[in-house]
Amino acid sequence: MKAAIQQNRMRNALRAATDHLATGLAILATLLVVAPLFAIFGYLIYKGASSLNLAFFTQIPKPEGEVGGGMANAIVGSGVLLAIASCLGVPIGIGGGIYLAEFGRGTRLANAIRFTADVLNGVPSIVMGIAVYALIVFREKHFSAFSGGVALGIMMIPTVTRTTEEMLLMVPNSIREAALGLGVPNWRSVLSITLKTASPGVITGCMLAFARVAGETAPLLFTALGNQFWSVSLNQPIAALPLQIYIYAISPYDDQHRLAWAGALVLIALIVIAVSLVRYVASRGILKGAS
Amino acid sequence: METSLEPPSGPGSGISSPASSPATGSGIAAVASNSPVSDVRRFLLARGNSALADRIFSLLMLACAASIFCIVAFIASELISQSQMSWHASGLAFFYKFNVDPQTGLPLFWDPVNGVFYALPFLYGTLVSSLVALVIAVPLAVGVAIFLTEMCPRFLRGPLAFLTELLAAIPSVVYGLWAIFILVPLLREHINPILIDTFGAPLVVRLFGWTGLVGDNGLFGGVNLGLGLLTAGVILAIMILPIIASLTREVMSTVPHSQREAALALGATRWEMIRIAVLRNARIGIVGSIILGLGRALGETMAVAMVIGNTAEIHRSLLSTGHSMASVIANEFAEATSDLHRSALVEIGLALFVVTILVNGLARLLVWAVTRSNPVRVN
Repeated sequence: MKAAIQQNRMRNALRAATDHLATGLAILATLLVVAPLFAIFGYLIYKGASSLNLAFFTQIPKPEGEVGGGMANAIVGSGVLLAIASCLGVPIGIGGGIYLAEFGRGTRLANAIRFTADVLNGVPSIVMGIAVYALIVFREKHFSAFSGGVALGIMMIPTVTRTTEEMLLMVPNSIREAALGLGVPNWRSVLSITLKTASPGVITGCMLAFARVAGETAPLLFTALGNQFWSVSLNQPIAALPLQIYIYAISPYDDQHRLAWAGALVLIALIVIAVSLVRYVASRGILKGAS
Repeated sequence: METSLEPPSGPGSGISSPASSPATGSGIAAVASNSPVSDVRRFLLARGNSALADRIFSLLMLACAASIFCIVAFIASELISQSQMSWHASGLAFFYKFNVDPQTGLPLFWDPVNGVFYALPFLYGTLVSSLVALVIAVPLAVGVAIFLTEMCPRFLRGPLAFLTELLAAIPSVVYGLWAIFILVPLLREHINPILIDTFGAPLVVRLFGWTGLVGDNGLFGGVNLGLGLLTAGVILAIMILPIIASLTREVMSTVPHSQREAALALGATRWEMIRIAVLRNARIGIVGSIILGLGRALGETMAVAMVIGNTAEIHRSLLSTGHSMASVIANEFAEATSDLHRSALVEIGLALFVVTILVNGLARLLVWAVTRSNPVRVN
């Protein structure tokens, strides 16, 4: 009897110890995950902030080995590329989302499209780059800003489609029914009632896709190619911030490493602002204005 | 005109059916009472003004949605047509054959100057770096997910979720930059010497020498450059962690509370509850999220290209340099020396495309199976 109680007590102590051990390991894992994040941000701010100056935003790159210069052309180039990408990706993506949420809900076709969009989201960006290279660069025989924008735009479509769909599904049916009951045609009801109600969510979804492609380098390597000089022509190779960071990071010059850190800081700042905005809007809920 | 009014349908299909009926219904009533109009005009008023627009609108939206199919088809067709030349040159042997260098006697896989194009070292590099990443990332990600769903105090949950989200939003090239200047020196100076000493220790070699994984020719032998497969694996692990962690968290939060309560009511400790109720129920979804992370690791380009060392060779040691499928494309495509070279790179891209489609499709199916249907299991 006494031995059994003793044994039981031992076992419970062991169970409690296992429980504590598991808790400790989970906390350790969390710390290990958060650590690189702080390390990355810390170094970015430490190295990037000391290299940021006015010249970074106003000058174009100096020839290799010379000190100074900036990334003005890369910042403008990224803007041009993202503008092309948004013109292509946002309307098509929102249209696709409207179809999934409003017209194809529950149909087999919509499920197939949704599944394909998710899978397409996981296709490596460099594959996207090769495909656009084959479509545009290979046929036109030269690298161009246009082809880079198209590659980024194609990458935006699945993300925008899925977030638009999710946001539209959150709009209550009573709002749709009210619009239809007032005699509004369906297309107007979708565009100016449903989509408008969900617009904060849809816009943040677009911004998320935007932030994602803003940092993409791989599809630009052989479409936009990069450019050391000023160019905003859609038919010429164009510089882009992530491309320039890549080129400078693998270069042997200290001054270019410095510029790479500064560029990375600017890029990250843009992306963090976008993500925080998304989170802020999402936490407020999309329907605050509507209900 | 009475026939144009459709019977009320269920809440689900009510959205997708044309909305013209209530609109035109009221319109007709007004027209009919006020002005004498012909039957034709009445018909046009009833069906014309919004039914056609609605049709066009819905077709337009369908076209947008269908463009996703078109993109996949377009990528596949472009890759296949551009890789024809390489396929005709070496066929399936492209993925496993190699030449032998007459001077050194070493295997020769990839030599653009002499027109030798075999992709084995790239498959090896991608596979090994992704596996290293999974080995590091999976336990950490599951740990974080457990902490966030089961143990975390409420005030920490939001900030921690936000931090992991941020980790997912950092561009690949910034990870690469950080890896070159911080991670590579860190591994070279501090971590790799420990690994080399541990796996090269006489006792370890005597005990495990038969596996071929320890000692100078083992997993951690050779020259310690800092660059290489291990470094690529570590940076990949950091990159896929947030993906696996957030999906695992999502899957775990779909486990009903009644399951947890039942386990606790039977006297389970918290860890036993997590093991019995949460992990058991969510295991399919967790496997799905791990596979999704694998898919991301396989296709990751820039960060890997910056730290893997870029040599088309195969070594047993994780400290040796290598090349991955994505990184070789990134490095050589824009400056491909010949059409055959470019075609071979496209064929590698095609292989990458097919593999990531399969891996992602499988993962999505697994995650869906858990989050969509009721995850409660009795056993």
